[in-house]
Amino acid sequence: MALTNELIKQRLTEKFGEQLIDWVEPYGMLTFTAPKDFNLKVLQFLFDEEELRFRFLTDLQAVHYPDNIGEELAVVYHLHNIVDNIRIRFKVFTDINQPDIFSATALYQAANFMERETFDFFGINFLGHPNLIRILNVDEMDYFPMRKEFPLEDQTRIDKDDEMFGRELVFREQNKIKATLEADTKLN
Amino acid sequence: MSDQHILLPEGSIEKLTTTLNLGPTHPATHGVFQNILELDGERIMKATSTVGYIHRAFEKLAERRPLYQITPLTDRLNYCSSPINNMGWHITCEKLLGVKLPKRVDYLRIIIMELSRISDHLICNSIVGVDSGAYSGFLYLMQFRELIYEIYEEVCGSRLTTNIGRIGGFERNFTNRAFEKLEQFLATYPKQLKEFEALFTRNRIFMERTIGCGPISAERALNYGFTGPNLRAAGVDYDVRAHTPYSSYDDLEFNIPVGKTGDCYDRFLVRNEEMWQSISLIEQAYKKVQEFKGAEAEVFHADSPAYYLPEKKDVYTKMEALIYHFKIVMGETDIPAGEVYCSVEGGNGELGFYLISDGGRTPYRLHFRRPCFIYYQAFPELVQGGMLSDAVITMSSLNLIAGELDA
Repeated sequence: MALTNELIKQRLTEKFGEQLIDWVEPYGMLTFTAPKDFNLKVLQFLFDEEELRFRFLTDLQAVHYPDNIGEELAVVYHLHNIVDNIRIRFKVFTDINQPDIFSATALYQAANFMERETFDFFGINFLGHPNLIRILNVDEMDYFPMRKEFPLEDQTRIDKDDEMFGRELVFREQNKIKATLEADTKLN
Repeated sequence: MSDQHILLPEGSIEKLTTTLNLGPTHPATHGVFQNILELDGERIMKATSTVGYIHRAFEKLAERRPLYQITPLTDRLNYCSSPINNMGWHITCEKLLGVKLPKRVDYLRIIIMELSRISDHLICNSIVGVDSGAYSGFLYLMQFRELIYEIYEEVCGSRLTTNIGRIGGFERNFTNRAFEKLEQFLATYPKQLKEFEALFTRNRIFMERTIGCGPISAERALNYGFTGPNLRAAGVDYDVRAHTPYSSYDDLEFNIPVGKTGDCYDRFLVRNEEMWQSISLIEQAYKKVQEFKGAEAEVFHADSPAYYLPEKKDVYTKMEALIYHFKIVMGETDIPAGEVYCSVEGGNGELGFYLISDGGRTPYRLHFRRPCFIYYQAFPELVQGGMLSDAVITMSSLNLIAGELDA
């Protein structure tokens, strides 16, 4: 029998019962959420089970939801069963004040750099990672830049009620220059 | 310490190994990344790799940009085959937005994507030649990258970082001159590639140099997250084009070449064979493009006014067109909320885009799965115990592109 989303869901519910929640299938990819202490157990189960064989870690990254109090950071795993050619995605949510998640490096070598990258940008502390240091940013950096509290300048201009179409800063700078020039002329 | 090759005089306080910085700006790295090697004579005891020298925060930038402004960012991932990255991004957006593409656009895209796969592989393979001391192969093939770039130029106006196509198709139809150049390419390239293969494939020196150099088993390669030619050289026939066909690849016939040992020689052979497959794919797609008649033969984009820029003359004369033009250019089109992962077969493997939209005008989160970044972590294991000069060809035959490492 070909492996289907229903079958995967059935196997996982048999094993973990009500622990796994939020089952959805956006664009055909089975997605669910696991409790954060369970991430390795779920990964191991998906890896070992002869029927499921999710043995390829496609991708691992984090998402920051600042409004989701107590569960601000989500770590997202994309797994692929290359034999049956089916992909699934599962998420683990964690508190931003204590972002500890078990590392998947023992299961997948590929997780090494991906977890370092996730740590680098979101500050997720992967317990058991062999070398959890910054990878793309400088070592001296003391914040996690991909978190939502570090916004970029808004280029889509939905903030048009600001002075000069949201370019308040430029306006203020120009005023400052004007004031200095005036002060200079007065002195002369 | 009995396996040490160089011994120090008794009582010396020197350490037994030499530390060598290969990179960040070493000519042999072909990009900005560093390898700190611990050498015993010429043998590598340990390699530590550092990346991040050209990190440009694309994922953060993408959170403040409308979809069409993210395309130029994807150019700069694997800049040897930027059209594939562009197309991958467009396909991801189209999947999220639910845009259906006409068949002709799909085939045109296949032509462009396979051309860029050829340009990616030919650079990689000829550089393997250069690094192993055979410069002439590089000169044989390099002129054809130029020809491929001229085809891009005819299609979109730029060469290296192409920003080719739009969400929903191409910005304009292919000109006759583009097709002429394509025909010229199809007529001349196979001959040259054959000559290139004659220079290398059964060349005793090249074989001695590359066989058994930087090998990896299929199991390790899968565990390390290898994809693309490097995984196929290890003997796993995983190809996104065949596993999850996108852009009508399922209409065309092609083989997936696989190697056995995963060493430099197998990677070289797999890439060469993939170039032949790409040529055949381009021929098939071009034939299909020629089969369209009448109005269908002029189609170069999907009919999706909310995301595809209207024609300029309509903007001046029609109100709807003007509104859509303004909304698209100013990035004021709302993206439907959703979560999508979409991947294409890039030059180096599975190039994935994980896009989360919360219904705003920009992605809530965008992550690039960069094949290079993921398989680069196997490099220390590949070169350990080998010679220093083997590390250099292993690096070039993995086709490490600094832009893709760092994003």
